Amino acid sequence: MTDHETNGTVSPEATRAEPVFIPPTDIIETTAGVQMVLDMPGADPDSLDVTLENRVLRISARSASSAPDGYALLHAEYRDGSYERSFTVSEPIDTAAIEAVFKDGVLRLTLPKAAPSPAAKITVKAA
Amino acid sequence: MLHNLENTGRWYDPLRQMRFAQRDMSRLLDNLRVAATPEFPLMNIWGGTDGAVVTAEIPGVAPEELDIAVHQNTVTLRGTRPAEPLADDAVVHRQERTTGTFTRNLILPFRVDGDRAAAKFRNGVLRLDLPRPEADKPHKITVSRS
Repeated sequence: MTDHETNGTVSPEATRAEPVFIPPTDIIETTAGVQMVLDMPGADPDSLDVTLENRVLRISARSASSAPDGYALLHAEYRDGSYERSFTVSEPIDTAAIEAVFKDGVLRLTLPKAAPSPAAKITVKAA
Repeated sequence: MLHNLENTGRWYDPLRQMRFAQRDMSRLLDNLRVAATPEFPLMNIWGGTDGAVVTAEIPGVAPEELDIAVHQNTVTLRGTRPAEPLADDAVVHRQERTTGTFTRNLILPFRVDGDRAAAKFRNGVLRLDLPRPEADKPHKITVSRS
């Protein structure tokens, strides 16, 4: 499982004037499947979007602003923005059984491996 | 005079080779993600007439396990980010999240009313309301004509 590189193709243009952040991710593989843990503090659970298409797993979310009313920002170490990251999945994954849980700002994805497809025997016709 | 187009053809040009090397190096360094966060958790501090609000990014920590202490003008935040439990057959492909215990002290330019301080935790972001005691707030003095 690797970070998805856009091989020469142009990434889609952002339509919002806010920064896009790459969430830090842990990826742990076992014989049963792949477990992914992504830190996405402040992400709005309604805007979370996880898609698996053509072996590319794309995770995106927008963050809800944490600015309190009636207060002025004095010191900033983080900024509001969206999260986006995509991975290329190398293992065959059972797409129907993918589970995603978002709790306390952490997204947990469980991707069970698909059962190996039976080897197809191709008969060669001698002409 | 004949001008060579840049980066086309197979002619040997040491300057071109250097440009290629430079491009390869910047691509390599661009893909490196070694930037460790200097502090955990990251905090934003907001000020107002009533006091201050601190928001901190603490993903993956149960709110009941956070230890927040307020003493006069100092706020201390303590907690632990647990590491992922690993099965016997587990292979770690990526480990970018930080784990372990953390402590952060914050010294404010005013005293905090500990009884009215409040903390909320939502989607991995902690919001601390740190109001000033009524007695410490600036008083407005009206001037009367004598």
